[in-house]
Amino acid sequence: MPNNPAGTMTPRRPAGTLYRGREGMWSWVLHRITGVAIFFFLLVHVLDTAMVRVAPGAYNAVIDTYKNPIMGLGETALVAAIVFHAFNGIRIILIDLWSKGAKYQRVMFWIVIGLWVVTMLGFAPRHLINVFSEVGH
Amino acid sequence: MATTIDSPRAPHTVRRSRGVNWEKWGWIYMRASGVVLLILIFGHLFVNLWLGDGIKAIDFAFVGGKWSDPFWQVWDCVMLWLAMIHGGNGMRTIVNDYATRALTRKILLAGILVAVVAEIVLGTLVIFTFDPCPAGSPADLLPSFCPVN
Repeated sequence: MPNNPAGTMTPRRPAGTLYRGREGMWSWVLHRITGVAIFFFLLVHVLDTAMVRVAPGAYNAVIDTYKNPIMGLGETALVAAIVFHAFNGIRIILIDLWSKGAKYQRVMFWIVIGLWVVTMLGFAPRHLINVFSEVGH
Repeated sequence: MATTIDSPRAPHTVRRSRGVNWEKWGWIYMRASGVVLLILIFGHLFVNLWLGDGIKAIDFAFVGGKWSDPFWQVWDCVMLWLAMIHGGNGMRTIVNDYATRALTRKILLAGILVAVVAEIVLGTLVIFTFDPCPAGSPADLLPSFCPVN
């Protein structure tokens, strides 16, 4: 880095842009995409659960349309989105409130990815076994 | 009227409109509700999808068994309110970022508000007016604690 006295030239890269480029930006993009996806799922999920108020058979009929491999894979993707959004949300809180948060935002992103992988290894095989063991029943 | 410009060394004063700073409280709400939602939703997913037979076990009797316990009624109701407002506020932020025409923005924001309020009202009513043993229903669809019709 050339030694520039403050204000003598415009830096090539703006300083302090946690949200431009690399991990800081892509975590932000993923946070938005997963957030929107979860919101629209939630709208549907409240409506399908509301069927318990209509009749037991009505609720079971709706839930049975979810019990197939395509929806099972969709549920796995949904949980993947929720787990990323949750862990990255903690990272955002730490960036905003922890005095060293901005300094460590990049390493915290990879910690989020690591925790996400571990959580999904605990969830996905078990869920997919439940989904695919019901095929044909 | 001539515009007056402060002298360069004038102390900086932040101009504030009086009243509640809603954007600040929204910012705080996203973080506070986010932490609580992490616990509530991970618990929700763990009990409904991971324990026992997971998704295979979910049917009317499963929901009836859970919601005959006030603990799960309160859990799900708090989760509903926190999540719908958290999600609605997040969607509001995104609409404000990308909707450039004032009319488009107004329509989208109104749509989000209507959806969030309708779902909170519907979900809360369902949780607290729910009958796990509705009369005249086939016994094999009901929780095992229901009296046989």
